[in-house]
Amino acid sequence: MIEFQVDRHSGVATYLQLVNQVKQALRLGVLEPGDRLPTARAVVEATAINPNTVLKAYRELEREGLVEPRPGRGTFVTRSLSRPEAAADSPLRADLIAWTARAQAAGLGRADILALVEAALADTAPPGAAADGGKAPAPAHPAPTDPADPAPEP
Amino acid sequence: MNDPTAPPAIRAQGIHHSFRGKEALADCGFELPTGRIAALVGPNGAGKSTLFHLMTGLLRPTRGEMRVFGAAPGTRTARERTAFVSQDKPLHQDFTVAETLDLFRRLNRHWDAAKAERIVRDGDIPPKARIGSLSGGKRTRVALALAFGKQADLLLLDEPLADLDPLVRHEMTGLLMAEAADRGITVVISSHVLPELENVCDHVLLLQSGRIRLAGDTQDLREAYTRVTGRADPDTPDGLPAAADRSAVVHAATTGRQLTAVIRNAPGSALPAGADARWITAKPSLEELLLAHLRSTPGAPAPHTVQTGAAA
Repeated sequence: MIEFQVDRHSGVATYLQLVNQVKQALRLGVLEPGDRLPTARAVVEATAINPNTVLKAYRELEREGLVEPRPGRGTFVTRSLSRPEAAADSPLRADLIAWTARAQAAGLGRADILALVEAALADTAPPGAAADGGKAPAPAHPAPTDPADPAPEP
Repeated sequence: MNDPTAPPAIRAQGIHHSFRGKEALADCGFELPTGRIAALVGPNGAGKSTLFHLMTGLLRPTRGEMRVFGAAPGTRTARERTAFVSQDKPLHQDFTVAETLDLFRRLNRHWDAAKAERIVRDGDIPPKARIGSLSGGKRTRVALALAFGKQADLLLLDEPLADLDPLVRHEMTGLLMAEAADRGITVVISSHVLPELENVCDHVLLLQSGRIRLAGDTQDLREAYTRVTGRADPDTPDGLPAAADRSAVVHAATTGRQLTAVIRNAPGSALPAGADARWITAKPSLEELLLAHLRSTPGAPAPHTVQTGAAA
């Protein structure tokens, strides 16, 4: 089961916060196919947000093919986003935890660490990868013209 | 789902109300569709409590018509479907919690005793405790238990959380949202704490000096305005370009060279008429929109009502 956190000052729409938290849980394997999402009632009782916000988030997840409502029974996870390389016991994750601990020991804060990770991603990206994912083995993008993903300025 | 031909939860038409010759409400008209959670917002003395009293039938309008689910407030049908929790939660101080629940069981035909008792029990309130001995939070919990136990379809809450600490406020709001999720009730809640309303309410009614300034779906209203920041025009007193449509400006202020403003968008556009390309524009939050209206001089831009269908 997943427990939602709502940050009132993040500037991110509340329903998107819920969507992102479900996706994050799917990536980390906290949620797996067949798991049931909490009922709207349970979510609003814990987070004190409008029920329609939860329903909107669940509709968005359904639209993206990640969950499926089953009438009278609830909303269930249909697809996983987890990758074995990111699982709790993976070597990559252990490396990152060790690295993060070093960064913290060196006095870096959360924002510094995130900025460093972003910078490393940019440094290691193959040329031309920013616009369409290049030849990366990642999910097949409908690459040609995605307005949400504009090419960098020449 | 809701019957589309059913009357709205609340319909107010041309309401005027005055006491002792002083006008408390003037020309108030709005509709609240069923299933909405509406914020009733306005400065002290704007007429919020008067409006609540008109919805419950405790007062009758001097002119105009108020309807609750199509019935006149105060009639038996309207009373059975409405629950009102007032600011002072007038429960009998000398009654115990159990006696209070029992009294309400006798007074209400559709009483859900199990639900009322569960809410009281979840708050660790001993049934034998006297109402007068309870803390503000516990008294609010009892008042909400009574309102929920009545199985009302319309819940009117006048500043119900004002005297509660943040943790209890969160808990009470959660309780209210859970009831809304369970039964699809309509809620009108007044509050001064604007940031708290942002995640709770999907509808807003803004009262100012006895008049409705804003009424409608919060998303629709936010999309009808733009928050602007940019360089102030040095040649005009308000910092807006001379050509700007002043009747669309809700509030504008300059600090040094900087202009900040909330402006109503041009019809059919996502931007105000005559928007400067150098302005930084954004959709205002509900709080920003309400504050801009509260800061503006009443009567400046025309009252704004957006008509909405039932909640999606």
